[in-house]
Amino acid sequence: MSEVLLEAKAVAKHFGGVQALREVSLSIRRGEIYGLIGPNGAGKTTFFNCMTGLYVPDGGGFVFAGAPLLADAPHRAAERGIARTFQNIRLFGNMTALENVMVGRHVRTGAGIFGAMFQNAATRAEEAAIRQKADDLLHYVRIEERADDLARNLSYGDQRRLEIARALATDPKLLCLDEPAAGMNATETAELRELIDGIRSDGTTVLLIEHDVKLVMGLCDRVAVLDYGALVIEDVPAVVQKDQRVIEAYLGA
Amino acid sequence: MDILLQQIINGLVQGSIYALVALGYTMVYGIMGLINFAHGEVVMIGTLVSITVAGSLIEAGMPVSLAGMAGLSASVLACMALGWGLERIAYRPLRNAPRLTPLITAIGMSIVLQNLAMMIWGRNYLTFPSFLPKIDFELAGANFTAIQVIIVVVSATTMGGLLLLVYRTKLGMAMRATAQNPAVASLMGVNINRVIAAAFVIGSALGALAGVMVGSYYEIAHYQMGFMLGLKAFTAAVLGGIGNLAGAMLGGVLLGIIEALGAGYIGDLTGGFLGSNYQDIFAFVVLIVVLMFKPSGLFGEKTGDRA
Amino acid sequence: MTSRFFRSAVGIGLLAVALIALPFVAALGGQAWVRILDFAILYIFLALGLNIVVGFAGLLDLGYIAFYAVGAYTWALLASPHFGLHLPIWVILPIGASLACLAGVVLGSPTLKLRGDYLAIVTLGFGEIVRIFLNNLNAPINITNGPQGITLIDPVAFGSFKFSGTTQIFGLALSGPQKYYYLLVTLAILVVVINLRLQHSRIGRAWQAIREDEVAAKAVGINTRNIKLLAFAMGASFGGIAGGIFSAMQGFVSPESFSLIESIMVLSMVVLGGMGHIPGVILGAVLLSILPEALRYGIGPLQTAVFGKMLVDPESLRMLAFGLALVLVMRFKPAGLWPSPTRQRELAEAKS
Ligand SMILES: Nc1ncnc2c1ncn2[C@@H]1O[C@H](COP(=O)(O)OP(=O)(O)O)[C@@H](O)[C@H]1O
Ligand SMILES: [Mg+2]
Repeated sequence: MSEVLLEAKAVAKHFGGVQALREVSLSIRRGEIYGLIGPNGAGKTTFFNCMTGLYVPDGGGFVFAGAPLLADAPHRAAERGIARTFQNIRLFGNMTALENVMVGRHVRTGAGIFGAMFQNAATRAEEAAIRQKADDLLHYVRIEERADDLARNLSYGDQRRLEIARALATDPKLLCLDEPAAGMNATETAELRELIDGIRSDGTTVLLIEHDVKLVMGLCDRVAVLDYGALVIEDVPAVVQKDQRVIEAYLGA
Repeated sequence: MDILLQQIINGLVQGSIYALVALGYTMVYGIMGLINFAHGEVVMIGTLVSITVAGSLIEAGMPVSLAGMAGLSASVLACMALGWGLERIAYRPLRNAPRLTPLITAIGMSIVLQNLAMMIWGRNYLTFPSFLPKIDFELAGANFTAIQVIIVVVSATTMGGLLLLVYRTKLGMAMRATAQNPAVASLMGVNINRVIAAAFVIGSALGALAGVMVGSYYEIAHYQMGFMLGLKAFTAAVLGGIGNLAGAMLGGVLLGIIEALGAGYIGDLTGGFLGSNYQDIFAFVVLIVVLMFKPSGLFGEKTGDRA
Repeated sequence: MTSRFFRSAVGIGLLAVALIALPFVAALGGQAWVRILDFAILYIFLALGLNIVVGFAGLLDLGYIAFYAVGAYTWALLASPHFGLHLPIWVILPIGASLACLAGVVLGSPTLKLRGDYLAIVTLGFGEIVRIFLNNLNAPINITNGPQGITLIDPVAFGSFKFSGTTQIFGLALSGPQKYYYLLVTLAILVVVINLRLQHSRIGRAWQAIREDEVAAKAVGINTRNIKLLAFAMGASFGGIAGGIFSAMQGFVSPESFSLIESIMVLSMVVLGGMGHIPGVILGAVLLSILPEALRYGIGPLQTAVFGKMLVDPESLRMLAFGLALVLVMRFKPAGLWPSPTRQRELAEAKS
């Protein structure tokens, strides 16, 4: 239970004069829901981007499931089992909801050009399996009735769900959600909470960036707080909640 | 040694012309993200207009130098009008169209202009009247002519003027603001239509100047001359980092020099296997190699994806 | 269900009959029209090859014709008196396709990470490089025979059945162009099927995903560079095959056939018809290959009839009309003449 799944070691990243991450070290255990909070501009998204290979850190690195993660290779991160959503939703807008999730299966399937051209039995079977899995995932996040709609025509909440379904389609060990509740109303947030809890129960570790402190404190097993790119504290919610520095960071912001 | 110097001088002259034309590409690209494929044709039309105007004035008995100035002015005015018209008629209606649409339009306009020019000026090579006395200078064993000096000096002055315009005037500030972010610029009260039109008009004027200079340098002109010239100039703009004015200037000069050196030494480099008829490949080979190592050009900013 | 099946069966039957009868109808206007028809189909093939690159993967390739040139010269060099080689089609065509594919990979692997417009200029430059080499590789060793090109190229042949000259089949006289027509239609149908299958495959979805949002595509584990390279290589291979057939059909190749304007022509077919939409691309290819020919035959006589003499050179009028057509279609149908239904909707929504 307490085996470490992801370990960040002194990750640093700056943009021009802005030090977005200052040697951040933290570790996420297999099976937990881990919250990453902090005021706007604290470096949470930057942390995600470094971890998933979109940015190359200036220093430090990540160890995931026992082996280091390569920097600058986003598709490798997904291959290794890290899936993510984006703070400003990035769906394939002109593809249907179902197709979006089917694209998520790309990394776990193998049909190539020749399979596509000759439509052999193996390719057809794989394609059917992709479709089945995508269908199941749309059910899982409860937007199955929107399967054939273009992603960009979905409501905001449904787009968030679709992005989660697409991420889950890559069979992740670690699911990273960047402010999934942003812009949701109370009912939607409650449903989201249920969904995240379910994902963890089904065996996927979750890393959650969130502004909604109540959601994080109620849902997460452990929480880390970033402020001005530096890790302030990493502990269980009850401790974090009472920490003077955390209160200051939030009030000061 | 003197051959080396000679080639560098020749390259500098050709490069100044590339730079002037490259500015037209880079300004339009910087502001609206369009490869204005027809720009080479604008330059060609500039050259041919100046031939017609200057030629007929000389025939009417006007002194050669005056006729030359008149030809240049007519050419600049004609190209400014052409650039303005192109933007207004062909590109402006396509501001919100899919990305490839304006590119195809630009290609279409380029074909139209080339064939119109052929109908007007014919298929044959035209000789450019010599405006300037043929004076040769010598420096450290290399020869150069008055026209070469003029080309380099005029180009340098013009480019200096352009930099002043862009960095010291209100119009220039509006142009830079639009290049940064059109939506924000527009909110700040910048008239985007005017800025874009200005980019086309200024670029075309520079193109006309380049066209007249290239005509008087080689003393020959042709309805297809805009194609390769435009291509090279665009290559120069990309080489320098497209959208970047100083980059276009340096890219142009650099390309001219590389080409001249390449053409001069390719035979020696390949043991006589490849001759100077391969001159035209240098531009593209250099381009491909530079972009491999510096994907945004030599002086371009790295534009990262913000996720 | 059965009635729909019945209807589409009837539709396919009618189409088949029309396709079989077409070269005989065209022959009524002379063999020149059959040849024009052949070229229209060759262009369909080429345009659908480029559609994989531009339409599916969203990569702007302005040097596509270079791959066509590779295929054409491969055939010309391996099946003509130039080197005295006369290899059979099932050897040359795969070699031509592989060489074109290789050229695509060599060009694509360092450049596909570039921004779209940079890729356009790099491919354009590559096309020019290939043409310049073809023009000049006649000295010191004569490989391409320079600007004169290569002549007396072998036609397509399967055993003793040659596609040049007239043959009697079932009491029917089939001319060379008519035989090539059936070969080309077969190939074109093949490439349509391949395009359709690719579009709705794992790879096709990955292409579309990259086109929509490259960052998100990477984040779900798509190796965007390799997948783009795959599109590039596929497009190049199709270009190589088309080039080989072109070479054999013409019996003659020279660098002139592979200039930038040819790349532009094929790209225009794709964009004008409706990028990524297979029927649209076919329409674009047919229109842009037949219309200029129709103009060629129409403009000269029309001028003589109206003005009593030739006022303007028909060739430049023809090109002028082509240029204007590009401008006008883009102005009034920015997504092409026959865009896919989603693209059409997209555009309509963007306007409102
Ligand atoms: N691509 C980028 N270029 C420049 N600065 C960036 C970039 N991404 C993030 N930053 C800066 O890094 C800091 C941290 O940003 P971010 O990680 O997005 O914060 P958070 O997600 O915690 O709100 C901010 O000051 C932001 O402006
Ligand atoms: Mg953020």
